[in-house]
Amino acid sequence: MSQLATRPAAPTPPPTPAPSTRRRRKAPSVGRRALALYLLLALLALIYIFPFLIQVSSSFKTEPEAAQNPLGLIPQNWTTAAYTQLFESSDFPTWAKNSFIVTLFVTAGRVFFNSLAGYALARIPFRGRGLVFALLVAVMAVPGVVLLIPKFLVINQLGIYDSYAGMVLPLLADAAGVFIMKNFFESIPASVEEQARIDGAGTFRTFWSVVLPMARPAVMTIVILSFQGSWNELNHFIVSTQDPALTTLTKGVAQLSSGQLSQGTQYPLKLAAAALMTVPVAIVFFVFQKRIMNASAGAVKE
Amino acid sequence: MARSIPSPPGGGTARRRTTRGRQGLTGWLFISPVVVILGLFLVVPVLMAAWVSVSDWTGRGSPVGGSVSFVGGQNYTAILDGDGLASRDFGTSIRNNLYYVLLVVPLQTGLSMFLAVLVNRQVLRGRGFFRTAFYFPSVTSSVAITVLWLFLFSSTGVVNRVLSFISVSGPNWFQDPRGVIHVILAAVGIRTAPEALTAPGFLGVSGWEWLAGPSVAMSAFILMAIFTTSGTFMLLFIAALQNISGEVQEAAMVDGANGWQRFWQVTLPMLRPTLFTVLTLGLIGSWQVFDQIYTGTQGGPAKTTLTPAYLSFSTAFNNQRWGEGAAIAFILFAIIVTLTLLQRLALRERDVPRRRRMVPVTASSTGARTASSSALPVKEPKP
Repeated sequence: MSQLATRPAAPTPPPTPAPSTRRRRKAPSVGRRALALYLLLALLALIYIFPFLIQVSSSFKTEPEAAQNPLGLIPQNWTTAAYTQLFESSDFPTWAKNSFIVTLFVTAGRVFFNSLAGYALARIPFRGRGLVFALLVAVMAVPGVVLLIPKFLVINQLGIYDSYAGMVLPLLADAAGVFIMKNFFESIPASVEEQARIDGAGTFRTFWSVVLPMARPAVMTIVILSFQGSWNELNHFIVSTQDPALTTLTKGVAQLSSGQLSQGTQYPLKLAAAALMTVPVAIVFFVFQKRIMNASAGAVKE
Repeated sequence: MARSIPSPPGGGTARRRTTRGRQGLTGWLFISPVVVILGLFLVVPVLMAAWVSVSDWTGRGSPVGGSVSFVGGQNYTAILDGDGLASRDFGTSIRNNLYYVLLVVPLQTGLSMFLAVLVNRQVLRGRGFFRTAFYFPSVTSSVAITVLWLFLFSSTGVVNRVLSFISVSGPNWFQDPRGVIHVILAAVGIRTAPEALTAPGFLGVSGWEWLAGPSVAMSAFILMAIFTTSGTFMLLFIAALQNISGEVQEAAMVDGANGWQRFWQVTLPMLRPTLFTVLTLGLIGSWQVFDQIYTGTQGGPAKTTLTPAYLSFSTAFNNQRWGEGAAIAFILFAIIVTLTLLQRLALRERDVPRRRRMVPVTASSTGARTASSSALPVKEPKP
């Protein structure tokens, strides 16, 4: 809320490279404005980052200290009790294992199937292509939350409830990823494939060993988006499993948080669990930062 | 949408036909995994849920088995008729989510545009750092953020501690069911409902309750939504801003427009397609509040954070009233589709006369809006 209060002051930017006469005349006010801009940005950045710093520091506090001194960034009684408890007397390791398994299979599957479908839509003329494309667009418009009950019904009917198959297979459908691949393949000059075809390579061969290696940027985008998407997925796992041995991190931590598994506030424990489950996506984010910043914009741009 | 298919050059008719046939087969082979999965886990489920929403299935056995019978619109009536608990819960969930949408969509759009304009300065040092800082909350999972939020907004939490610095004693956020508008009215002395507003109104919820505003608990979720989504939308606005050429800005500057005028009269009109995308995505997203409620409050306190998505889930999975749950899901779907179409209509109307050429909106599909956003920078007439 507080960010918005300052809003009206904002869109008065210090004139960027302006004619030199102007700059000389306005120099002092530009300096003051720049200072105000940096102060504003610093305040906003603090609001965005501070919660995560609090999260990490509180996970190393004792429970009374976390409640009494929530603002302190350096724990007075440094303890790793929360982490010990997570790893030694909770199902946290099982949840993490399941999350890794599901994320791995979903990501690999999406890369393969999305690029196959994207290639077909971009390059192979076949009857019904327009129809399939229209269908994909329509499917993207269906809100996911509406599918909770429906997905459960089908998964149950197919007999894959409470299995890795039920957790992974439905997530492999990803229309947005197909569009990203299709757009990329369309940007590759067709002459490249013609050469391969003249040399006698079949369509799959051409796709697999000539075109796909050229599509590395797009494939990386799919990998990043799939990784984040399936790692952070919650509602699909709620409706596809109930076996504690198949609980993922999102579901496990959500149940931990809503007190279904414990008593008391246990803030350090919950915050430690939440912090740990953020680590993999944070690593991916910082490693691929540049690409993510571009991909997120690109994904919606279709 | 219907792209012209490049036909292979040369070759006799017979040969072309066989190549075509083989290519057609390969095409279908390539695309079949995606089509099968989408069909099986998207199209079939929707059809099956449509059946369940007009049946009396209780969750035992198969919903398409012989013992399940057709009950017509009974489930829909139970939700919409205005008396009975099912209907009142649905009305309450709609009220809660409506206030959520009314606050989240404008605030997240405004804030993300504001951040984008700030960060997009040419002269700004450390813009990479600021962009990262604002975007980071968007990559974390909704579960992790909710856990953090429950801590920050607990009665002795960080937020209340900060508020106490300015001598404000903060509420016990996630336990507080009071509506914000009721709180404000109470501050000016209106504590009880006027006679006219006490009777059960639309969907069994009284007028006084409709006007309660978001509860204090829901307000904390509203702040969370703004916090986590503003980074994503900021990136969309930054991408659009970078497509606006510096020349246009300079021309406006030469014409003597100050920063404020340039923003409203040059930048904002050119951002309109992106603005439209962000509003649409925001509207669709903010009607689907589920993860936060499941993790945080399960609809409490006093049902003031109940949302249609969560109500649909809990009606079916916790109370075993599958028909009603599926019916709620379909009503929610209808709400989202209707609002999206209305918004498309409202925003396009104003768009048409000014730049007729560059609105290639074809159908009511999600794909189309993106086409218009990428078309902007190319076809914008130079002043």
